[in-house]
Amino acid sequence: MAAIEVHNLCKRYGKVTALDHLSFTVEKGELFGLIGPDGAGKTTLFRLLATLLNPDEGSATVEGFDIVGDYREIREIVGYMPGRFSLYQDLSVEENLDFFAALFGTRVADAYELIEPVYKQIEPFKTRRAGKLSGGMKQKLALSCALIHRPKVLFLDEPTTGVDAVSRSEFWDMLSDLKQRGITILVSTPYMDEASRCDRVALCNEGRILTIDTPCHIVENFDKRLYAVSGDNMFTLLNVSRAVSGVVECYPFGSAHHIVADAAFNENEFIAQATLAGVRNVDVYPAEPTIEDVFINLMKQ
Amino acid sequence: MRQLAILLKKEFTQIRRNPFLPRLILVFPIMIMLVLPWVTTMDVRNVAVAIVDEDHSQLSQRITSDIAAAEYFKLTDGVYSYDQALLLLEDCKIDVILSIPRNFEHDLSSVSPQRLSIAANAVNATKGSLGSQYLVQTIAITLSRQLAEQGVEAPSDLIVVQNRYNETLNYRHLMIPALMIMLLILICGFLSAINIVIEKENGTIEQINVSPVGRLTFTLAKLIPYWLIGLLVISIAMLVARLVYGLSPAGSLWVIYLATILFIVGFSGFGVAIANKSDNIQQTMFVMFFFVIIFMLLSGLLTPISSMPDWAQKFTIILPPRYYIEIMRAVYLKGTTFVELWPNFAALTIFAVVFNLLAAVTYRKQS
Repeated sequence: MAAIEVHNLCKRYGKVTALDHLSFTVEKGELFGLIGPDGAGKTTLFRLLATLLNPDEGSATVEGFDIVGDYREIREIVGYMPGRFSLYQDLSVEENLDFFAALFGTRVADAYELIEPVYKQIEPFKTRRAGKLSGGMKQKLALSCALIHRPKVLFLDEPTTGVDAVSRSEFWDMLSDLKQRGITILVSTPYMDEASRCDRVALCNEGRILTIDTPCHIVENFDKRLYAVSGDNMFTLLNVSRAVSGVVECYPFGSAHHIVADAAFNENEFIAQATLAGVRNVDVYPAEPTIEDVFINLMKQ
Repeated sequence: MRQLAILLKKEFTQIRRNPFLPRLILVFPIMIMLVLPWVTTMDVRNVAVAIVDEDHSQLSQRITSDIAAAEYFKLTDGVYSYDQALLLLEDCKIDVILSIPRNFEHDLSSVSPQRLSIAANAVNATKGSLGSQYLVQTIAITLSRQLAEQGVEAPSDLIVVQNRYNETLNYRHLMIPALMIMLLILICGFLSAINIVIEKENGTIEQINVSPVGRLTFTLAKLIPYWLIGLLVISIAMLVARLVYGLSPAGSLWVIYLATILFIVGFSGFGVAIANKSDNIQQTMFVMFFFVIIFMLLSGLLTPISSMPDWAQKFTIILPPRYYIEIMRAVYLKGTTFVELWPNFAALTIFAVVFNLLAAVTYRKQS
């Protein structure tokens, strides 16, 4: 039995379809990433799995419990961390933790070894009101509270949104650590670079899953020729590139532009055409595809 | 029970932490009870009267001086003709004109006496009608004295008015129980409703909803603090009424407390039901205001139900404050007992059950 099984799940808000017949499986102990832009339906999926919403069609189970019929059992075994900070801002760090522990009929001390890697970083501020914590510390407190009842499955909805790069990296280290302890983690993020930290990822857009695989496979399966181009006038270069024969796609990517090319593409000819259009110091070299390249190309299809 | 205790502890910590709530709970009832009984009065005072005296007799002098001496009136001097007085009335300088016709005293004991005329500005209906009534009473007393001195039977002795339960017709005594009810409506209804909807606004309700806490436990934990606060508020208000206005209940305290408990349990349930159906504080506030205005104006808090139109009187049957107001006034002023008021208690109990069922049913952990 898998930790999470989603079968043909559908959710509509009026005319808008937030989830369009979604199906996937998350194995026990897996760190599974949902990668997609805003509006992809990630939060809706979390709210369905956390039993806060009922689906319009399809079914899903968490640790074998049905999200509609067995919602009581699910609430005992999942930890849910919503995208928006939702702890009591007027209670202190310690009081929040004690409150959620007590609500689940446990004590902080019982779960201390589990939350320790996370909690010890905010323990010096335990008497501070939660509302006065920094963004990164709030996320750590929220994660501690979500872990306090030793859940089997963790749902983390965009835990790193609005958090600085260092804290984000630390947060993913903590998730890897939790995974070692056998907790199944379903995490969503709009940041493509975080995908490589997951065991498997689902790329989703507009309520559908575009592909599911390990981050390595997703990149390996990218079967098109990819080049990075740069020059003095990047904006002109972008427009010029799109007109060059053999260029299927051209989009800004960091400090360069990425070009998806077909067989007709020739590097020297590209440089010649770009120079003709007034871009100097044009440089073209083959690039390693990333998850973002895959995502952009899947979205265009 | 264990979860309820945990949630209650959290609620009280939050109320204590709130920079404004504890002060509000203490200061609000004291302020309302100290200030409002003095200003919410329907007694009409300072009625400006102009007397157009065309009789210039001993009697007309006597009427004038009696009116000048009465505490309700303020006599405007220097009015010599009816037209002049009418102009003043139009300018709102005076409220009532009394004109005494020529030969009034002379014809008083004749077969066809002259008639006095009173003209009142009824733009402010209460002041106009009560002002002219007071004037009629004052003149009637003067006239009956005059007639008595002349050996004629004084007709005014035929009617003796005695104001039972509030002998001095002190309007404050009527308003104080009503103000206590307004306090409870504001504190128990509004605050408990806001307390729930604020969890929605802050998103904290999400964390509660994914926990095993039941919706009844959660709702009860939200309500119980405001029940206790309601009892505290009414106790403060009763204390102020006693210390400042010398008004203590003629009936027994436990009848008042029992009615108060039933009322606040019902009314806070009503507030929670509204909060459950709203997404933010504005929605809750506006819906609450809509109902509170109906409650305040239609349940006899300010104006007597018996003088409302028939359909409105029937409508008041479904307004819980109506029953509570009746109990409060009856116990406070008349000393009525529980046995006589049981239909009101039954009504309040029904409302408490219905509103709290509504509150429990409308709370959904799932959207």
